[in-house]
Amino acid sequence: MTSGSWLIVGTVPDDSAGLVHGPCVLDRAGLAVGGTPLPVRRGTPALVAAACAACAVLGIAPPQALLAGDAGRGEGSAKAYQRLVETLPGLAPRGLTFHYLFPDLAGHDRVLLAVQAQNPRPFLVADAGFMYAAKMSGQAQEYDLFTPDAGELAFLADELAPHPFYTRGFLLGAGHTTPELIRRAWDTGGAARHLLVKGQSDFVVRQGRIVSEIPGPQTPAMEAIGGTGDTLTGMVTALLMAGRGVAPACAAAALANRLLGQLAQPSPATPVAVLVDFVGQALQSALKETGECAPQG
Amino acid sequence: MKLDFRWAGWGGKTSRPARQPKAGEGRGVMAFAHTAEVIRAEAALKAAGFDVRVMGPPPDMRTGCDMVVEFELMREPAARRILKDAGLEPLAAAPVRAGMLEPVSLFQAKDFGQWLMVRAANMKLTVDKQSRIIVNISGGGCPDVPALAELLVGRSLDEAPAPLSRGQTLCAYALELAFREAQRLLPGPL
Repeated sequence: MTSGSWLIVGTVPDDSAGLVHGPCVLDRAGLAVGGTPLPVRRGTPALVAAACAACAVLGIAPPQALLAGDAGRGEGSAKAYQRLVETLPGLAPRGLTFHYLFPDLAGHDRVLLAVQAQNPRPFLVADAGFMYAAKMSGQAQEYDLFTPDAGELAFLADELAPHPFYTRGFLLGAGHTTPELIRRAWDTGGAARHLLVKGQSDFVVRQGRIVSEIPGPQTPAMEAIGGTGDTLTGMVTALLMAGRGVAPACAAAALANRLLGQLAQPSPATPVAVLVDFVGQALQSALKETGECAPQG
Repeated sequence: MKLDFRWAGWGGKTSRPARQPKAGEGRGVMAFAHTAEVIRAEAALKAAGFDVRVMGPPPDMRTGCDMVVEFELMREPAARRILKDAGLEPLAAAPVRAGMLEPVSLFQAKDFGQWLMVRAANMKLTVDKQSRIIVNISGGGCPDVPALAELLVGRSLDEAPAPLSRGQTLCAYALELAFREAQRLLPGPL
């Protein structure tokens, strides 16, 4: 099966890793991108691994990925931005999922311009650092989906904050409800057309309006585990690749991510790699529960 | 419906201000080529006794994941000497002006029984209360977060390097705040 026409763009935490681009493979040997093995500990490899596992359940080819070695200086991310701008016309992906990337405004703007020149324009999902840059650019509504957690939602709702580090305190306290922040984020131009807000309850949002809420099952330890947002974005990416609508894809992925907690029974000390092993089983259960059955065989 | 900020706290709710804001009068900002230089400059100036803090740059100076060092403007020559000795040179220095942003100054702690999770801004750090070993790091979006997690997880609050000593970004700065707060809440044996 050939690799699907969806590109995940992110980083691995190693400055010496260079750029890796190619089809993603998850098998017994582990995860590989473009033939390069990658450990799945957290970050974009966790997203890619979850996407691959979900694609297997959905009976579709896994995505491609463009990953840069970047331990925080931003140089690797800059190379990824440049490579993407150069190769996007030839790749013509149906969708792009942006992840842990250095939130550089100029780099973001170049990438978005290149995307906007595509016809048809790819579907755009942004999470983590690239979501920060997209919001700061003032062009959040050019994106189809952001996947913020509760704290990042407050950042999206703060029209002055260029990074969650500067979110104003009055938005972070208990004085604002999630629906209020969702509305404010949309009204001030900080939200994408859809949001999947991760929190005590997960919310699926279309143009500032909540279309569904996923309140359980609850596994409190999941909040402490680094990478649970990555597995969620990986699963929603796979569902979008499979042609699901945005809102049903978000709802199914959110439920599946919660089922990961139920299946793995994690403690706050559990690494996300343990959860990735349950992605297939969790997604199958979530699809059954939401009436969005996976293909048989 | 409230945001998911039901932080039980360490024996109760423990939100507290990290520091008090100061009046901008008589103060200036220094911009650097990279966030990592801001972090080093802040450390060098603090070590030399300067009253400094990091802030969000005014809108016309923002490039992305960045911050500036706020300092006493009248001491700029001395500050520059300190920085030069540290191998640092600011790109620009200017008086404080409108539009600068305060870093997040609230911490939130959540008690998981055996473990304590401390949150600063978008970063969460979870520690085993008995062994003081860092067991998980979550949140954040800058690319040094996974690198810092690999460095810190599995080490105790005493053994782990301070996130700012290795980090490059605002997420690293937030993680540093959570790290210090965890050290404060879980002090080691005297």
